[in-house]
Amino acid sequence: MHLTKNEEKILNGENGEVMKRLFRLLVRLGDIYGADKMIPVGSVQVAGVSYKSIGDPGMEFLEDMASKNAKVQVLTYLNPAGMDLEDWKKYGFPADFAKNQLRIMDAFRKMGIVVTATCTPYLAGNLPRFREHIAWSESSAVSFSNSVIGARTNREGGPSALAAAICGVTPNYGLHLWENRQPTIKVKVDVDLDFNSDFGSLGWYVGKQVKNKIPYFTGIKNANTDQLKALGAAMAASGAVALYHIEDLTPEADLAKSKGLESITVGKKELKSAYEKLNTGKKPDIVILGCPHASLREISVLAEKVKGKKLKKPVWICTSRMVKEAAERMGYNEIIAKAGGSVVADTCMVVSPIEQMGYKTTGVNSGKAANYLPGFCKQDVCYANIDDLVEGQL
Amino acid sequence: MNGRTISPGKAEGEAIVSPEPIGFYGGIDAKTGIVIEKGHPLEGECVTDKILVFPCGKGSTVGSYVIYGLKKNNVGPAGIINKETETIVATGVILAGIPCVDQIDIEKIKNGDRVVLDADKGLVEIK
Repeated sequence: MHLTKNEEKILNGENGEVMKRLFRLLVRLGDIYGADKMIPVGSVQVAGVSYKSIGDPGMEFLEDMASKNAKVQVLTYLNPAGMDLEDWKKYGFPADFAKNQLRIMDAFRKMGIVVTATCTPYLAGNLPRFREHIAWSESSAVSFSNSVIGARTNREGGPSALAAAICGVTPNYGLHLWENRQPTIKVKVDVDLDFNSDFGSLGWYVGKQVKNKIPYFTGIKNANTDQLKALGAAMAASGAVALYHIEDLTPEADLAKSKGLESITVGKKELKSAYEKLNTGKKPDIVILGCPHASLREISVLAEKVKGKKLKKPVWICTSRMVKEAAERMGYNEIIAKAGGSVVADTCMVVSPIEQMGYKTTGVNSGKAANYLPGFCKQDVCYANIDDLVEGQL
Repeated sequence: MNGRTISPGKAEGEAIVSPEPIGFYGGIDAKTGIVIEKGHPLEGECVTDKILVFPCGKGSTVGSYVIYGLKKNNVGPAGIINKETETIVATGVILAGIPCVDQIDIEKIKNGDRVVLDADKGLVEIK
């Protein structure tokens, strides 16, 4: 890989031992993947935040970096943590877990990272522009920024994203290059998609089929950003789709070469079979919405549904702290709380220790959550649209 | 044998060879250096101060942090030799500063061999 004089100096340790080591990591990853040079990044999103995921080894690494005065050079956000960072006691998160989680957050704060903890940084003040190079980690955020915004990122691991934040650059390979952003399979959608969960099951089905290919969708007539978020999240979870295009909807679709590709069709039958496969449980003892983190619109929909009613079982909706604050001003949080539900910030069901909190069956409307909950949280899953999930608890 | 430098440095020690990939997270205890994965060919063995030889990494990306933890707790391997180092192991050895080379014909290395690793030059020598 070609390095500038300045970059050679970093590699020789002129900017200190931490920079040297992290820069070497980027150079080596660049060599492994055939990068020609480093490129500056506009922002970073770091994964590996929940104590449940990274454990003591990750916590000790981060504390060590912070104690050596590592500082980020660009706007850097974090993936969800293992708990609501403010109201963890109220929701019953275990105290020893909380202690370690707060140590991790403290290490990030010392490095100059914005202690945000969300998988939707683009809804919380970290919005890249079209064609901006970024280094993001969380798979649904990577999919959204590549596909819906048209920014450019590979799926970074926790340490490589942290290295990009501290060095301000990332190796130029993979999805940073236009030739690698071309679709590799066509997906014809021949079914009406109404609920966000329809987009989730479409995404889950397609991800299983195409694995790490780049799909080019036709036949999706309309979709808002909540629905695209659900689609991308599910595809990244069941497959490894980091970029997709939708004819007439996403910004690079018109520019990409979509002719002559192998194609698959998704109709009513396939969508229904995805719903069936994602359902492994019968009656949920908790319903958790907001995977990926809910937008203000999604919280307002839930508030509308439960206004003046009483929920039989807990209903959570997970979101970022910023969106929760906006929902607070609109009175949504109070409406949901009065009905017996909770607007939970900073965390999500996949990275929080819900299995330790006594829950066995979780109701979700997210294809991504339905994909991960059985393995990560030992949950049976009821997968349905928001109407059926919430009405089942009234 | 000549391979590719993943993480520079020099090391010498007894080879501990796994024919199977190693997943460090849940595979090796970062406090003791002992392999804990059930049914793994190296289960119960200790990697501390040895030259750890295996085809490639597997499993969770948190494995990078475990490699770092092994070194920090002074129970890490002296060096690592792979057939193909993927990003989890590459990230771990670089952060930890453990010498590592890949693109080596690891079948030629036997358990207990005395191995000299010059990762600066990508060289592996069996004594």
